Amino acid sequence: MVSISHHISNNYLIIRPFLTGKIVSTLLIYGTLPILFVVSLFLGHYEISPFHVIKLLIAPIINLLPEHIVHIYPDWTIAEENVIYQVRLPRVIAAVLVGGGLAIAGAAYQGLFKNPLVSPDILGVSSGAGFGAALALILSAGSLMIQVSAFTFGILAVTITYILSSFYRRTPTLVLVLSGIIVGAFFTALISFTKYIADPYDKLPAITFWLMGSLASVRYTELLFIAPPLLIATAVLILLRWRINLLAVGDDEARTLGIDTKRMSQVIILCSTLITAGAVCIAGIIGWVGLVVPHLGRMLVGPDNKKLIPVSFLLGSSYLLIIDTVARNLTMAEIPLGILTAIIGAPFFAYLLSKRSVGWT
Amino acid sequence: MILEVVDAGFTYPGGSSIFSDISFSIQTGEVLCILGPNGIGKSTLIRCLANLNRLCSGSIHLCGKDMVKIKPVDIARKIGYVPQAHEIVFPFSVRDFVLMGRAPHLPAFSSPGKEDYRKAEEKIDLVGIRKIAENPVNEISGGEYQLAVIARALTQDPSLLLLDEPTSHLDFGNQIRVLEIIDKLVETGLSVIMSSHFPDHAFLSSNNVAIMQYGSFMAYGLAEDVVTEENLRKTYGVDVSITYSPDVGRHVCVPHRSGTCRCHEKEHPPCRGTPAVTVIAGGRG
Repeated sequence: MVSISHHISNNYLIIRPFLTGKIVSTLLIYGTLPILFVVSLFLGHYEISPFHVIKLLIAPIINLLPEHIVHIYPDWTIAEENVIYQVRLPRVIAAVLVGGGLAIAGAAYQGLFKNPLVSPDILGVSSGAGFGAALALILSAGSLMIQVSAFTFGILAVTITYILSSFYRRTPTLVLVLSGIIVGAFFTALISFTKYIADPYDKLPAITFWLMGSLASVRYTELLFIAPPLLIATAVLILLRWRINLLAVGDDEARTLGIDTKRMSQVIILCSTLITAGAVCIAGIIGWVGLVVPHLGRMLVGPDNKKLIPVSFLLGSSYLLIIDTVARNLTMAEIPLGILTAIIGAPFFAYLLSKRSVGWT
Repeated sequence: MILEVVDAGFTYPGGSSIFSDISFSIQTGEVLCILGPNGIGKSTLIRCLANLNRLCSGSIHLCGKDMVKIKPVDIARKIGYVPQAHEIVFPFSVRDFVLMGRAPHLPAFSSPGKEDYRKAEEKIDLVGIRKIAENPVNEISGGEYQLAVIARALTQDPSLLLLDEPTSHLDFGNQIRVLEIIDKLVETGLSVIMSSHFPDHAFLSSNNVAIMQYGSFMAYGLAEDVVTEENLRKTYGVDVSITYSPDVGRHVCVPHRSGTCRCHEKEHPPCRGTPAVTVIAGGRG
C-alpha cells in the first residue's frame, strides 16, 4: 500500500543557520538563475568569447535606441550569431521552462497527494508520453509528429487514470495514485513492446535515446509548440500556490475551509499534466527534477507553498540548466539528460534520506 | 437561530443507518454538548453539520437557509470545524496553519495579506499559543495542536464552532484549558456544538446537552435534566454516580466498575494491618 503517513520534519530550520541571514539566501535563490542563464550561453563546443556573447545578447535591445545615442556594431561572425541565437538560446530557454515546470508540478503534486515521495509522473503521464513518442518513431513520423503524439498520449494516460479512479468514491487520492501506477505500468509495457518490434539497427536506438532525454534538438519551432501550455499551466499553479497548503493538510479540512477540493485537484492535475507532457515531448523523460527539487526548496524556505512553489521553479530551472550545460560540454558526444539528472539526483536524494532530521515515520 | 436541524438522518452508501430523526436547534451564544458512547455516530453528525457528509433525510438550516443551497465557501464563513487530531505530513508552522482559516475570505488566485496575518495573530493570542507560533504543527503536543486548530477555525470568523471530541487524547490540564477557552468564546457570542464522551464536560460548559444512543437523541435538554444516573447507565452500559462536589462547586460523574452492581450497603474492604507498601517505601528511602 502507498502510505500517506510519511512526514518530513523541519530540516529547513537546521540548514538555515549555514546561510548568513535572509538576504544572502534570497539573493542566492533569485540571483542564481539569471547568472546561470548567461553563463550557460558562454559555454559550448563552439568557442565564443563571453564578451561577444553579452554583446550579441544586448545588441538587439540597445540598438532599439536611436543610433546617434548608442549603437553596438557587429564584430562577431554570422556563425557565432547563429550558434547563440539558433542553438544555445532556445535550448537554454527550454531547460529553464522544463526544469522549472517539472519542479513546480512536483511540488504541487506532493501537496495534493500529501506525500513528499510523489513525482509529477505519478499518474502515468511520462509513460504515456514516452509510448506516444515511441509509436511515432516506429512509424517514421517527423519531429513535430513525435511531439504531438507524445503530448497527446501523455494527456491520454492521465485521463485514463482519472476515469479509472472515479469508479471508486472513497479515498480518492489513494485510488488515484493506484490507478496511476496501473496506467503507468500498462504504458511502460507498451513502450517495451514497441522497442521489441522495432528495427534493432535503426528504430530501437532512436527510441532508446529519445526516452533517455535530451534538449539537443530544441529549436524555436519546438519551443513555440510547447511554451504556451507550459507557461499558462505554470502560471495557474503559481497563482493557486497558497491554496495548495490547504489540500496538503487534509481534504476534509480544506472542504470545511470552503475549498472545492474536487475542482481544485482537477485543476492541479490538469496543469501538472500539461507541464509534464510538454516537458517530455521536447526533452524526453527527465526524472528526479520533480521529486528532488521541491525537497531542496523546503530545506531553504520551509513547507509553505506560497514561497515553495516559486522557489521550486527557480531551483528546478537552475538545476536542469546546470545538468544540460554539463550534458553538452562534458564530452564530445551529448550525455542524455535522464542519465545525468539521476546520477546527480540519486546521491542527493540518498543524502537527504540519510539525514536523521528528515524524520520519516 | 443560527442552526436548525429537522429530522436529520444519515446512512452510509450500502450500509446501515447511522442515525435518524434527530432534531435540535441552537441560538447565538449557546453551547450544545453531544454525549454518547464511542462509535455511536457523534462524529458523523458533526460532519453532516460541517457539510462534509450530506444528510440522507431531513434538513439543516443555517441562518434560516437550507444548507444544501448554500455555497461551501459561504458555509465556511459561518461555520468553523475543529476535527479530531490527525497526522499532518508537512511541517507547516503553527502561524501558517492558523492563517489557513482565512481561505473562505480570499479569492481563489490570491494569497493572504497583512490584514489576514493580523487576524491570525489575534486568534493565536486569544487561544494562548503565541509561544509555539513558529513551531512545526506536526511536532507540537496534542493539547497545543487542538488549540491551533481552534485558532484556525476562529480565523474563519465563524458564528458557529463545531468541535469533534475536542478533549480526547488530552490530559486533565489541557482538557480544562480547552473547555475554558470554549467558555470564553461563547461569552463573545459564538455558538458551539461539540461532541464528547465525558459526561463531566456537559456540566463544565453547561448549557444544552443531547445524549446520542441507538441512532438518535435519547435525551435532549438542559444539562441538569439530561445528565442523570439513569440516562448515563443506559448510554454507557455501566453504573455512574452523579454527586455534587463542594470542592469543585459542580456535579461530577464517576463510573463504577462494569459487572458490579451498585452496593451502597456493602462495606469497604477492611485494611489488613500495616500496608506492605509502607515497608517497601521505607526500605527504599
